[in-house]
Amino acid sequence: MTDELPRTDAAANAGGDAYPAAGQPLLCIEGVAKAFGAFRAVDGVSLEIKAGEFFALLGPSGCGKTTLLRMLAGFEAPDEGRILLGGKDIAQALPHERPINMMFQNYALFPHLSVRDNIAFGLKRAGMARAEIATRVAEMVALVKLEGLEKRKPDQLSGGQRQRVALARALARRPQLLLLDEPLAALDKKLRESTQGELMELQRRLGMTFIIVTHDQEEAMTMASRIGVMKSGKLAQVASPRELYEAPRSRWIAEFVGDVNLFDGESKLRDGHRLVIGTRDAGSLVVAEPREPVGAGRLAVAIRPEKVKLSRRGPVSEAGHETAINRLDGVIADICYLGGTTTYKVKLDTGGMVQASVANSARLDVDAYSLNQHVVAWFTPDDCVVLQS
Amino acid sequence: MSARRIFARPARFAAIAPYVWMVLFFLVPFAFVLKISLSQTAIAQPPYEPVFDLTAGWDALKSAFAALSVDNFRLIGSDDIYVFAYVRSLTVAVTATALLLLIGYPIAYGMARLPKNWQAVAMVLVIVPFWTSFLIRIYAWINILQHDGLLNQILLALHLVSQPVVWLSTDSAMYIGIVYSYLPFMILPLYATLAKMEPVLEEAASDLGAPPGAVFWLVTFPLSLPGVGAGVLLCFIPIVGEFVIPDLLAGSNSLMIGQTLWLEFFTNKDWPVASAAAIVLLVVLLLPLLLYERLQKRQLEQGR
Repeated sequence: MTDELPRTDAAANAGGDAYPAAGQPLLCIEGVAKAFGAFRAVDGVSLEIKAGEFFALLGPSGCGKTTLLRMLAGFEAPDEGRILLGGKDIAQALPHERPINMMFQNYALFPHLSVRDNIAFGLKRAGMARAEIATRVAEMVALVKLEGLEKRKPDQLSGGQRQRVALARALARRPQLLLLDEPLAALDKKLRESTQGELMELQRRLGMTFIIVTHDQEEAMTMASRIGVMKSGKLAQVASPRELYEAPRSRWIAEFVGDVNLFDGESKLRDGHRLVIGTRDAGSLVVAEPREPVGAGRLAVAIRPEKVKLSRRGPVSEAGHETAINRLDGVIADICYLGGTTTYKVKLDTGGMVQASVANSARLDVDAYSLNQHVVAWFTPDDCVVLQS
Repeated sequence: MSARRIFARPARFAAIAPYVWMVLFFLVPFAFVLKISLSQTAIAQPPYEPVFDLTAGWDALKSAFAALSVDNFRLIGSDDIYVFAYVRSLTVAVTATALLLLIGYPIAYGMARLPKNWQAVAMVLVIVPFWTSFLIRIYAWINILQHDGLLNQILLALHLVSQPVVWLSTDSAMYIGIVYSYLPFMILPLYATLAKMEPVLEEAASDLGAPPGAVFWLVTFPLSLPGVGAGVLLCFIPIVGEFVIPDLLAGSNSLMIGQTLWLEFFTNKDWPVASAAAIVLLVVLLLPLLLYERLQKRQLEQGR
């Protein structure tokens, strides 16, 4: 029955504005800034969120992502800029006037109210009829699979159950926009992973727009269709998870999202659509020419560990001899076995270190390398990313 | 098992200690008072009879028991002076406690929302009056409230009144004194619960569409009820038996039960009637306590 849920009725609270169709812009953040004293927590952020999107704000603690979220919810008023929801500026509207709901970190459930009354709280404030509230609450309870727990108080629930109540409470009003502040941070790893899947499922099924704030890049990559990476109050890059990982725009993002090998150097010469970069630690590296031209001066070559191949003598793939122009000789300096993969640290003869992540595709370790073994680490120019340093 | 053996004894002693205290300093004196309340006044030393003399033999003890009666309680029930005193005490206590709650709650709430280091300052400011003797503070109020006192001077200077107002020996003066003296006892428990409460709960309520007033009545106030209960009890019970403040600040035409007790003991030297009045007061005070307890239990059960 939950499949039949009407997509949203929050449009009604927004003064009759039609809810934009999926893919149309829903939220426009224009040059928003917020300072606390001399500290600029959010420093000129502009961003457009489309209806039906699952957007993640990712960044280290103190980067301003929570402040930005709190401005969307109305707990902070921006010093500058506009926040347009469905075309209407809500930057100065009070929290209770916005068709936006938030799922709080640590949930903020009302301890004196039962599960049912927690979920019904927002519906009662909206002046919904009693019978309608009962139906909606039952719907929500079924949606988050909390049947039979309606009369419990929050302190009689497990962490996972509390998380579900918080979600049901935030969804009950069918907001135009749901904000999730580190929604899974308080759960243990296994539960977190299964809940990630459920959240994505729910978001797709309800066709709602979610903005999640997280410091966990894996969580953001798993769930979001688009990620905005924040650093010191600014958006450093907005991209799909894949683009963020494979085409980071800066050295900082490359390091923040996933593991990466970085080699500092300078551009030496151009060879057709290839670039040769002389690095301090790994000699000359051949890389594909980046889409956006890089200037002269200091550059860095970034290569993800799983794209670095290892072999005993040299490139072994069929096309290897033509494409694997980058080959680095060294010895295994460190082995880190992670189950599905093993990460090797290779001390290069040229002085640097390179990390290679190798899938453990066979159960018996006939292919494994041992400490101090001589190996060749190689990778193709297309797997390298050139970054302005 | 061995851990249990090591820790059980001191823990058990600690658990018994409050009971020993209660028996020694509450139940035993209470038994004395109860016995005196059932005796008759006499011009003797002590000023009542019968006196239980354990050395006088079994028969004397038996006749002493037979001489006990509930006459004093009948007297208290039938004499208007006592009934009025109880009613007045309860009225004053209810009014003063309501005033205290009205004044104390906003102060406690404001304190709980101050930045952390200012909270400590505010706390000290609330407690600091305790460093001066209670009596001196009440005498200071007499000074402020008298005919040419500070309050009248200010009112005259502001042209709010044209004649000095009579404050002393009025109920207003008494309420000022009581509210002033008991305010910390209302603020501190309220502050303790409000400071513990997470402000994010209020944010959650407003996020779910509650305007500020609804946030307060639906979330803040219900969650502060334990503090309200503690503050109300801490003020209400001693105010009912209050003796000094009404004696110094209020008029003498209607007395509170504390004053009546004092008169019986020290002016009339009627210990038995005074004891009976004290016991009735205790019963009257126990009622709100029991009610509070019942309420708390029901709240806990609702959670199941």
